[in-house]
Amino acid sequence: MHKPRLAVFKFASCDGCQLSLLSLEDELVALAARVDIAFFLEASSRVEPGPYDVALVEGSITTPDDVQRIRQVRRDSKFLITIGACATAGGIQALRNWADSEEFMRAVYAEPSYIATLDRSTAIAEHVPVDFELRGCPINKEQLLEVLVAFLAGRRPRTPVHSVCLECKRRGTVCIAVAQGAACLGPVTQAGCGAICPSYDRACYGCYGPSHQPNVDSLAAQYEATGVPREALVAGLRGSFNGYAREFRQASDRLASGGGAEESSS
Amino acid sequence: MSETPRTIRVEALARVEGEGALNLRVRDGKIEAVELNIYEPPRLFEALLRGRALEEVPDITARICGICPVAYQMSSVHALERALGVTVSPELRQLRRLLYCGEWIESHALHVHLLHVPDFLGYDSGLAMAADFPDEVQRGLRLKKHGSQLLDVLGGRAVHPINVAVGGFYRVPRASELAALVPDFEWGLQAAINVTRWVSDFDFPTFERPYDFVALSHPDEYAMCEGNICTSDGLAIDAAQFAEHFREQQVPHSTALQAVRIETGATYLVGPLARVQLNRRQLMSEARQLADDLLERSCANPFKSIVARGIEIVHAYEEALSILRGSPACGQSRMPYDYREGDGAAATEAPRGLLYHRYRVDAEGRVAAADIVPPTSQNQGQIEDDLRHFLPAVIDASDDEIADAAERLVRSYDPCISCATHFLRVKVERQ
Repeated sequence: MHKPRLAVFKFASCDGCQLSLLSLEDELVALAARVDIAFFLEASSRVEPGPYDVALVEGSITTPDDVQRIRQVRRDSKFLITIGACATAGGIQALRNWADSEEFMRAVYAEPSYIATLDRSTAIAEHVPVDFELRGCPINKEQLLEVLVAFLAGRRPRTPVHSVCLECKRRGTVCIAVAQGAACLGPVTQAGCGAICPSYDRACYGCYGPSHQPNVDSLAAQYEATGVPREALVAGLRGSFNGYAREFRQASDRLASGGGAEESSS
Repeated sequence: MSETPRTIRVEALARVEGEGALNLRVRDGKIEAVELNIYEPPRLFEALLRGRALEEVPDITARICGICPVAYQMSSVHALERALGVTVSPELRQLRRLLYCGEWIESHALHVHLLHVPDFLGYDSGLAMAADFPDEVQRGLRLKKHGSQLLDVLGGRAVHPINVAVGGFYRVPRASELAALVPDFEWGLQAAINVTRWVSDFDFPTFERPYDFVALSHPDEYAMCEGNICTSDGLAIDAAQFAEHFREQQVPHSTALQAVRIETGATYLVGPLARVQLNRRQLMSEARQLADDLLERSCANPFKSIVARGIEIVHAYEEALSILRGSPACGQSRMPYDYREGDGAAATEAPRGLLYHRYRVDAEGRVAAADIVPPTSQNQGQIEDDLRHFLPAVIDASDDEIADAAERLVRSYDPCISCATHFLRVKVERQ
């Protein structure tokens, strides 16, 4: 019988999300027996051409070449699944989207002219249709396994879209926004991480991106009313590793332009 | 009359972290040019860090590398603490070493089993080996998992840990969380010893280079987070003097900057082989015994880095166990500090070699400037130099065989190209 052909592609990223596949230490050998890993450069020298049944795509689009390459990946792949915050929201490197990217290049390289790069770091879905987006910086390997098993079973993956708050309640973690007044992004951030940060006495910093229908403006207004400076709220949303995800981006732009939160623009 | 130029190009150098290319040009049967071409898209971390709150730095720099995020976090917090004039308590210092042991075990076990061993046994991947070497592959995955478990407990998660803070940790672990790891780590220590003996029996190409080893060295311990930057020829400097002795230069064929020693103008080697050779006497007992049995004091064979990695896995297990069994005092989670203008540099030992960070911070606690020199950009020049000396021995082979030999040599470095700035493509050009 035909084993489904899996490919893993990397764009601008840290490799951490594809590493999550190799970090399924208990399931990896069994998984490798169920799928044909046809293209996964980080793990194998075997390089098979497309078409592929499922492609996992890590990383954001930041170069002219990659704009072309992702189109080819799309043509070669039946299902295209993005993994991680870079691929679904542009990643931390999307901070350049609010800056002068030429100045950024000059700050790092003596000869920026050697290097071709785009002004903006953008999500895969801005360039090609995406079949499923798995969130997180990094993704949760259990969720990745669920996505792959769902794909093998021919069903939609079951990954929650509610906020981190529910995960805190389930873990029995005392709410640090309420109890400590911390500017926690948990109420507007999608679950999936396991609500790790609050269980380590720190505020959620949004690395799983916006939850379903988050009311970011309202949360920001609440924090501003309790004394959190607006610049810190803007910096927090933009530095969430998902800053260019639509809901976070719009909220930080409204805050930065003087509107949005507590007082509307005056 | 010279022959027509000949280019050999291998489109995909696999089993490395990140993406790049290798171009080889051959004229009249001689290697004329070797270019490790890193085309990983630049993510411009040093620029995007400017203006960020210094507390965010360890979270942001972790994202430079999903394979060695702890190394980035450790170099960041040590450099920032020097800028702020903070010294962490001995207990917190010990927990940081324990965290780093987790990353060494995880990263080294990954590289040895899934990326490197397939070269010696003739497979495309660690997974392809699983049918013929089920016990060895499962053992390797179990070691990798132990590293991840330690990172989970101390860091909150294995990739991009959330618990590392400037001044210490957000929350110190509970004694029960640490004690629960002991039985697995006892099994793992023995397994790691067996792994090291197993890999030391592989067939290694006969190839030695007069390396200038560069690694941290510390008077009291096998250096991980602290110590002087030392070299084979006796240089010993504080990380603050790094820029006086090492220089990064940009080359047209790479998005990674390449480093050289300023005094010699020459390349140098960082990583496990450099560390074991410079700091062998400080390995813990089982690791020291293995080093003395399996790795000659003069060994400068890059392919044997797999043995050095094994030795360091053993060391990391021994050290982790001694900390875990000593039920570390888990008191204050982090040291207080006040903002001040300052400049701080630090280097720590990432699994693949020395990682230097320097930050300037302002009086409001924001980053004014950042400078990061990852291990792979330091090794990049040495890799090219090695290839120039190694490939003549196989120059009469087919293009595929040459490319294969080149890839194997590159892979022995455990290069992390994501760190150094994308996919390694080997192109051999013959003239």
